[in-house]
Amino acid sequence: MTSYGKSITITCAKGDGNGINTLRYNPDLCTGCGMCVTVCPHRVFTMRERKAILANYEACMECGACQRNCPAGAISVESGVGCAGAMMRAALTGRRQEDARCE
Amino acid sequence: MTGVMRTTGVITPKDSLDHFLARFGWRRNEHTVMPGLYALGSPTGESPVFVTANYTLSFDALRKALAGIDAYILVLDTKGINVWCAAGKGTFGSEELVNRIAHTKLTEKVNHRSLILPQLGASGICAHEVKRRSGFDVEYGPVRASDLKAYLKHHSATAEMRTVRFDLKDRFEVIPVEITNLLLPALLIALPLLFLKGAGSITGLLLIILLGTVLFPVLLPWLPTRDFSSKGLLLGGAAAVILSFAKMRGDQSLYLFLYNMVAAIFQMAPWTGFLALNFTGSTTFTSRTGVRREIFTYIPVFAAMFILGLVLALAKGAFRAWGFL
Ligand code: SF4
Ligand code: SF4
Repeated sequence: MTSYGKSITITCAKGDGNGINTLRYNPDLCTGCGMCVTVCPHRVFTMRERKAILANYEACMECGACQRNCPAGAISVESGVGCAGAMMRAALTGRRQEDARCE
Repeated sequence: MTGVMRTTGVITPKDSLDHFLARFGWRRNEHTVMPGLYALGSPTGESPVFVTANYTLSFDALRKALAGIDAYILVLDTKGINVWCAAGKGTFGSEELVNRIAHTKLTEKVNHRSLILPQLGASGICAHEVKRRSGFDVEYGPVRASDLKAYLKHHSATAEMRTVRFDLKDRFEVIPVEITNLLLPALLIALPLLFLKGAGSITGLLLIILLGTVLFPVLLPWLPTRDFSSKGLLLGGAAAVILSFAKMRGDQSLYLFLYNMVAAIFQMAPWTGFLALNFTGSTTFTSRTGVRREIFTYIPVFAAMFILGLVLALAKGAFRAWGFL
């Protein structure tokens, strides 16, 4: 992973199998379009020197908006609903967790 | 249907009644608007196009915010679900948007090629795919429709407008549906309780419901811990302590008082904790990873506390008979 300044290296290291969330960002692919900053409702990304950086990693609630709208494919996140009711219903009815949905 | 339907920026008393019922979850699938293209005011070929879901609360919030502006509103078929949840499900999605653009012959109505979408729809939409397939640029407006007029001045949103909040007002708005959702399970628990233990036990149940559905959302930001479950446990525990002091009698032995207090904590806290965990579904703040971790951590805790509470309740008679309390 190339370093683009200290903050990026640190936040990326945090983003590896950390159990906090599934958001992963590869700054090498970023073209600096700013779309992730626009769509994220938790200000997880900010722009610095025409690159996106993860400024607020822990606030991500895995909505998937940044991944869907990043034209460079620099972001990945396992999006899904952070809804305990839906997940427990899925567990009880034997559906896959990934298919858990709000009712 | 390719005709343009008409709408206004006015919210009638009938609309308000519909909003009220929708918030209570009354006939929750019937608060729908016909999908398609709407004219607000007298739009021309240069007027902006706003996209929303066919849920009355979403559609009405948008047209109210745009009152006085000439615009088109493109309503997607999200099966009567709001923008945020429909985007998560994918019904507020690129596919539906591209199809709806073609279906309503939008390219013949406007000369420009740009659409303004609510930011919270972005998790269902892929802007560059929509551009490739329909020729329309997707512009994400602010999170809240009420910020739209400010946004339209420069077509740019402040960081504030781009961030979800969960203000007191928003937290109040989820209370009705939380209560309605609990009604049936609560009734199922209340009836056997009523027969087994009499009316007194119902107060406990009502208190738990009040704590879990009203006090929890209201007090959310001030409950000290980070995850929802422990916030709920704390709230239930604190309420149990307060309740014990309120019920305290002067002639009571200290042991009996403490016993009752501990029992009350174990009987109430797991329920409020569980309701708090369920509340994650009403917010836009919790990630699936986080919620999964909460489920695995706290469900065993709730279960253990519940069993302990039950044991304490059943053992009380025995302890008293032996003269311990
Ligand atoms: S998944 Fe959603 S909350 Fe997380 S960084 Fe992306 S846009 Fe922000
Ligand atoms: S959307 Fe992708 S390419 Fe654009 S700034 Fe964000 S990470 Fe970079």
